[in-house]
Amino acid sequence: MMASKRPKSTGDKKNDSADSAGSSTELGLPDDIFPLVLTSGTQELFECRVDKDVTRESPYKILRKEEILKDMKTRAAVSDFHPIKQTVLNYPGEELLLMFDRDFTCGQNFYLVLTEESKKRILEPPVSAREDTAEGTSLDSPPCKTPECQPWVSLGSEREIEEESVRDSRPRLKYRISRVRRKFGAPVTFTDCNAQESKDKYTECTSYDDRKFSIERMEITTGVQAVPTLRSISTQTRWTYPRNMCSQYEFREFTEEEKENIANSENFRNFVNSVVSRFEVAAQQNMIFDVFFNDWQALHEEDGIFGGKVETHLKEYQSFTDLHFTKEKTISDINWHPTINGLIAVSVMEKLSSEGKINGSAKLLQNPPLIFFWSFSDPINPQLLLECPDDVLSFQFCPSNPNIIVGGCMNGQVVLWDVSAHADRLQGTRSAAGKATSANECALPAFQDKRELNTPVVRYCAVSGVENGHKARITDVQWLPENFEISKAGIPVENKAHICVQVITCAPDCCVMFWDIRLPRVTTHSLTERKPKVTETPHLNRSDVPNTFKHLDLSWKPFIKVALPKKGTGAEYSPLKFSLRDNINDNQTGGSTETSEQNLEKSEGGTEYALLRASSAKQLKPLEDISTRFYIGTQDGEVVYTDWKMEKDNDSGRLLSTKPSHCFLVHDGFINSVRRSPFFKDIILTVGGWTFAIWKEGVMNGPIIHSSCSPKKCTVGYWSPSRPGLFFIGKEDGNVEVWDLLEKTHEASQTQNLSTTQITCIKPWIVPPKQHFLAVSDHSGTLHILEVPWSLRSPSYNEKSNMAKYFEKEVDRLIFLNKRKEMRAKEKKDKEAEEQKKKMEPKMPEKLEEQIEEENLVHYKTYLAMEKVILKNMGLLSDEEPALN
Amino acid sequence: MAEVEETLKRIQTQKGVQGIIIVTAEGIPIRSTLDNASTVQYAGLIQQLVMKARVTVREMDPQNDLTFLRIRSKKNEIMIAPDKDYFLIVIQNPTD
Repeated sequence: MMASKRPKSTGDKKNDSADSAGSSTELGLPDDIFPLVLTSGTQELFECRVDKDVTRESPYKILRKEEILKDMKTRAAVSDFHPIKQTVLNYPGEELLLMFDRDFTCGQNFYLVLTEESKKRILEPPVSAREDTAEGTSLDSPPCKTPECQPWVSLGSEREIEEESVRDSRPRLKYRISRVRRKFGAPVTFTDCNAQESKDKYTECTSYDDRKFSIERMEITTGVQAVPTLRSISTQTRWTYPRNMCSQYEFREFTEEEKENIANSENFRNFVNSVVSRFEVAAQQNMIFDVFFNDWQALHEEDGIFGGKVETHLKEYQSFTDLHFTKEKTISDINWHPTINGLIAVSVMEKLSSEGKINGSAKLLQNPPLIFFWSFSDPINPQLLLECPDDVLSFQFCPSNPNIIVGGCMNGQVVLWDVSAHADRLQGTRSAAGKATSANECALPAFQDKRELNTPVVRYCAVSGVENGHKARITDVQWLPENFEISKAGIPVENKAHICVQVITCAPDCCVMFWDIRLPRVTTHSLTERKPKVTETPHLNRSDVPNTFKHLDLSWKPFIKVALPKKGTGAEYSPLKFSLRDNINDNQTGGSTETSEQNLEKSEGGTEYALLRASSAKQLKPLEDISTRFYIGTQDGEVVYTDWKMEKDNDSGRLLSTKPSHCFLVHDGFINSVRRSPFFKDIILTVGGWTFAIWKEGVMNGPIIHSSCSPKKCTVGYWSPSRPGLFFIGKEDGNVEVWDLLEKTHEASQTQNLSTTQITCIKPWIVPPKQHFLAVSDHSGTLHILEVPWSLRSPSYNEKSNMAKYFEKEVDRLIFLNKRKEMRAKEKKDKEAEEQKKKMEPKMPEKLEEQIEEENLVHYKTYLAMEKVILKNMGLLSDEEPALN
Repeated sequence: MAEVEETLKRIQTQKGVQGIIIVTAEGIPIRSTLDNASTVQYAGLIQQLVMKARVTVREMDPQNDLTFLRIRSKKNEIMIAPDKDYFLIVIQNPTD
């Protein structure tokens, strides 16, 4: 046993042990240390030689227990370790620590640590203790002391950590599962089995509502997206697809036999009989009245111009006055050229006053009266002048050949002009708008034919003989239309030549004469003397006079002379104007250019009038629908209705004209116009004096309309060519009155003043398509051309039928009036007769006086009796009471 | 037979009558004054119209019955008299 006791080392040891927990005391020897003395031999054995293996720095040496034991066994009592043999044996561990104790703290130079813990303690802490001590010893001198590493002091956190940490509480179980080997690879059979049948084949953990357990989720984290509301709708659509389909059929019809059978059946007959009456009613109804006629709609056609200004006045279009010739002259007649639009001819004559005529008769030769041709294109220069032998009162263009003009003169001669030579010039006036000539190709002014600038003057080419014609001025000249001609007996026969060949004239010498422009037929015997040959004339044959009517010149004679004897008296009517019924040329308007053009062609084809011969009456067919009666207006204001047919006077065998059938004295002055309405063949307008009258042919009681006396004389009248109920009246004071019979009958619907002198002639004209002109001439020689406004030229709806009805009404009125007159006359007569009768009975009353008294008494008594009876019947009177007197 | 013809002639001579057709209730023409094509066409069309008209009248009042049918067009008027077994159709052109 070795014990090393050294106070210093114990002191060190104490330090060491004081630091360690649960250590031994300071002073005494620690329990677990046993000082040892180790001889050098043992030192060598255990390799713990002093200062070689163990030093101060490394004072410990770990000995193996086995070696110690071995040593002990080998040396037994000598071994140094003998004293601690027991402790060594008891030593739990394998290794023992031998500490070198230099300072002999424990008494010996070595000590042996007996316990394990101490061993550990020493091994470990002494490192730190060593350090500490090393440091402590070394660091005593520096001021700042680094903190010493203290051993871990557990404060209880280990427990928490231990709790939280997961440690295997037991060792892990290992299982190894394997299948029986024989089952590997064996064929498998699967069978179906219903899971629900055997409950043991499955287990389920159904969810159940655990009442004890409820969690409410307070917060949910979800994503949100805005989506439009979806709606699903469905609809059934009809799907049709086109299909080709075709069917043919035939009408079912009965055979003839079947039809017959049915038709013969009783049933059928009854049916027809019963049904027919309805049809008759219905069919007649339709005829009587048109139920579906829209009056309202028909009404609207009457107002033509809607809104705005309504032009009713005649607008002045142009006016013609020739300063050289028409000074102090008046226009006697106007005629529009039938074919050329815008050409108008006027006849100018001296103003009628007898003294002037006598004095001025010498002037005639120097200034022969003229007919002027005016054109719209040239208002200053007349286009043509026609020279007249005397003042022409009336003239007319030949309807079939507008180049022939016939005129009647003051001295009773009938004049013919032929203007064919100047036809081009006249034609050119209209075709070239505004230019004087168009035919002239060379338009240089210097070389222009000077003659063309001057108005040509055409001389008349034929004139009737003075002794053969009228004895008084010819007041009316008319061509006979080309569809018929008059035979010697006055019978209208067909006109083979289809050109106008006959002229009618009338004059106040009480004759109406018929002239033929052809030479009369050569007959063996003639009633009137005539010159058979055309010989030279006393007149000088002027070069520029065409030879068209040479055969007539100065030898012209009428072939019929109609005398107009008055009824009763021996006097005669002096006609001024006349109007034929079937004269289609009477109211010529511009619309008839076609027919006259045709005629022009015919005549231009070379109608040589000289070669025409009047045909025999027997060869020609008499036309029956031509009326031979005509109206005449006389100088005394009478309207005469007469017949131009010549009757054979039985006594003398001569042809005599018939007596006029009717005569009416209606007007207060001479009649200046007798005009037929262009719409009604039997309506005639007569103007004369201060009134005008409208007559209907066939109504012989009087005029159907007679106007009231106007303050001024009516000088001329003419119907409107487009409106049936309209006519124009010219007045003495220069007014033109427009009368619309459908509007007003007591006065003119419109009056317009055109000049200061009286109106001498009015002639309307239509230039197709829409221009209506009115040529009005006045006493001062001015020709006014007026434009007729729409309201005066377009007929209102149904105007013609309305006018017809109006005339009929007037006729009825007239008839009624006459009847009343007769009735009144009769009444008057009867009344007079009665009065006469009464005058014949003065003697009776005296004798009868007494008788009358008696009679009266008798009457009175019967009356009393009657009264009694009545009162009794009424119950007012009882039988007992006396009668009331 | 003759009197039937005479009666028909009476209607035919009325003013404006263009044609007369007699058809059975089924629409098969028996007598006609028009040409075959027109007759057959009229018969077929009018038969349907008359049926419809008759039904209309009777529906409104079962006691009532159709006696006469007039169709007025721009150009003419068609008059139909129905009966139990036959129709009589007259085409007229009413002029004022």
